[in-house]
Amino acid sequence: MSAPSAAPRRDANDYTPSPAEIARLREKARFVRLETIRLIEIAKVGHYSSVFSAAEIFAALYYDVLSLKPGEPAWPDRDRFLMGKGHAAVGLFPILADLGYIPTEVLNGYTRLGNPLGDHPDMRKVPGIDFSSGSIGHALSAGAGMAWGGRADGRAFDVFVMLGDGEMQEGQVWEAAIFAAHHKLSKLIAIVDRNGFQLDGAVDDVMGVEPLDEKWRAFGWETHVVDGHDLGAITALLRRLKADDTRERPACIIAKTLKGKGVTYMETEPGWHLGYLAPEDAERAIAEIKSREI
Amino acid sequence: MNAHQFATGPQSSNSWQYRALNVANPGLDFFSDGLIQLVAEGYPLIAGSADLQYSNGLNKFAAKHPDRYVQFGISEQNMVTAAAGLATTGHMPFVATFASFLGLLCCEQIRMDVAYCAQPVRLVGHHTGISLGFYGTSHHATEDIATMRAIADLTVISPADGPQLEAAIKASATWPEPIYFRIGRGREPNVYERGTPFTIGKAIEHIEGHELTIIACGLPVHPSLEAARKLNAEGRSVGVIDMATVKPLDREAVLRAAGRCKILMTAEEHNVLGGLGSAVAEVLADEGCGVKLLRHGIHDEYSLIAPPTHLYAHYKLDAAGLEEIARSALSKI
Repeated sequence: MSAPSAAPRRDANDYTPSPAEIARLREKARFVRLETIRLIEIAKVGHYSSVFSAAEIFAALYYDVLSLKPGEPAWPDRDRFLMGKGHAAVGLFPILADLGYIPTEVLNGYTRLGNPLGDHPDMRKVPGIDFSSGSIGHALSAGAGMAWGGRADGRAFDVFVMLGDGEMQEGQVWEAAIFAAHHKLSKLIAIVDRNGFQLDGAVDDVMGVEPLDEKWRAFGWETHVVDGHDLGAITALLRRLKADDTRERPACIIAKTLKGKGVTYMETEPGWHLGYLAPEDAERAIAEIKSREI
Repeated sequence: MNAHQFATGPQSSNSWQYRALNVANPGLDFFSDGLIQLVAEGYPLIAGSADLQYSNGLNKFAAKHPDRYVQFGISEQNMVTAAAGLATTGHMPFVATFASFLGLLCCEQIRMDVAYCAQPVRLVGHHTGISLGFYGTSHHATEDIATMRAIADLTVISPADGPQLEAAIKASATWPEPIYFRIGRGREPNVYERGTPFTIGKAIEHIEGHELTIIACGLPVHPSLEAARKLNAEGRSVGVIDMATVKPLDREAVLRAAGRCKILMTAEEHNVLGGLGSAVAEVLADEGCGVKLLRHGIHDEYSLIAPPTHLYAHYKLDAAGLEEIARSALSKI
């Protein structure tokens, strides 16, 4: 398995990750979940379940797909990753530490006065964060601007933007969708973490956004629907999209996920969008994450 | 044939064709000309507009540098955020739309994505104040100085005319912070000769007055000069300062004027709350100056609908109105 700094691969069309590769990525997703519980214990409140639904996507991107140079965070040809659902940043910070962007000790001061790490990603404070977020609905526009700039400079990098499904309710997302399709920003890849829940409840109850795949397709995007916890499928699809230089449209992946995936009581009680696990519940969650195969 | 042109045959030369507007209005050229000069000097500039390239004159830039122009359509918020993303790739984006939309509709995108993310985007709000006249109060920008001034790390520049805009654009090339330019509609009488240098953060002291000094920005600078000259011809001593950079404000210029005058008067086509008048008031209060401050502009109301010239007269932002306000203040000294 190559290091995350590997150059873009061009042999990806018939790529299928090996069982060993999947096992390695699964271990990374497990690491993301465990570290999330550890960091939220410092803050005493956080978005566990928003990270858990995206853990496999994080693992596939950072440990397989993205072309990065952690020793050179501003490397102009790096792939970009932006989080519309910035509240899941607590799951991203451990990865940045693992890859060497930030010292591991910084994690231990998560959210404490003067620490660069808060509930949302902050490009001013954290190397490896390509764009700050926190206000829902901006990231796709920012990613579109990056894709435009990369193309103008003849650079080959891709821009991946992770969006929440509740985020689809923001008008600016669709402004950006129209813009990206019109300007044929084929290096822009949106990943919708379709976990079905937002702060006030089920997305379908709060403000339904289906049919998502038809919407994105109607907006001119190549659209794919995938099981967001199937590491083999996600990795293969992301690699294929990244390698495809013939596509003339931006691409959207609708990743069907489970809010709180990996901890049974969160999966069955999606109200865990924002919360705090008392020590005994955290122990149960940790034990389940350590023992369970996803 | 253009699908929108239903009539056939020759058109009268008196017929008005929207897309010929920039031909009839060379005042719009300064924006594009400034950008074209920066491109010629090698700056990685990208210009963008939200379906208003004929209103702000960017069509001239777009025609010359189509590969450096981005059409955003009617999506102002997307435009501002995308400009911030574009800036992260090393480009220098100038994005423009009506000041009323930029300063309010896109306020959060400007704060979050441009200023907080420290991207050197240049935001150009055109048709400031009441200059859109009869198009309606929705199009009047009388709050944008207040909103933009409150955003940290954002510079606010309000040029008085086209030549000053062109010079300010050139001066902005190496300015590290994002900038909000507040510009008119290209029909302002010129205060400056083309080529007059511009320094961000430095006021231009036109007339040194010893009784009253008018501190103006943007379109009211020209009528302020007219009013001051008239009063001075009658033996009064009225100064005029063009405070083109509203933020960072030239505090020294304010204090010098406060030191030699009994009255300072601000003139702006903006609500007196939060605008240039407030910025000057903050300096005077900070420094404990005892000088009287007369804030003139739109007095916390929604502006009326009328042709611009009628509005400037109504709100006493034309030369006669400014003279009347200043004369009244001088009579009480």
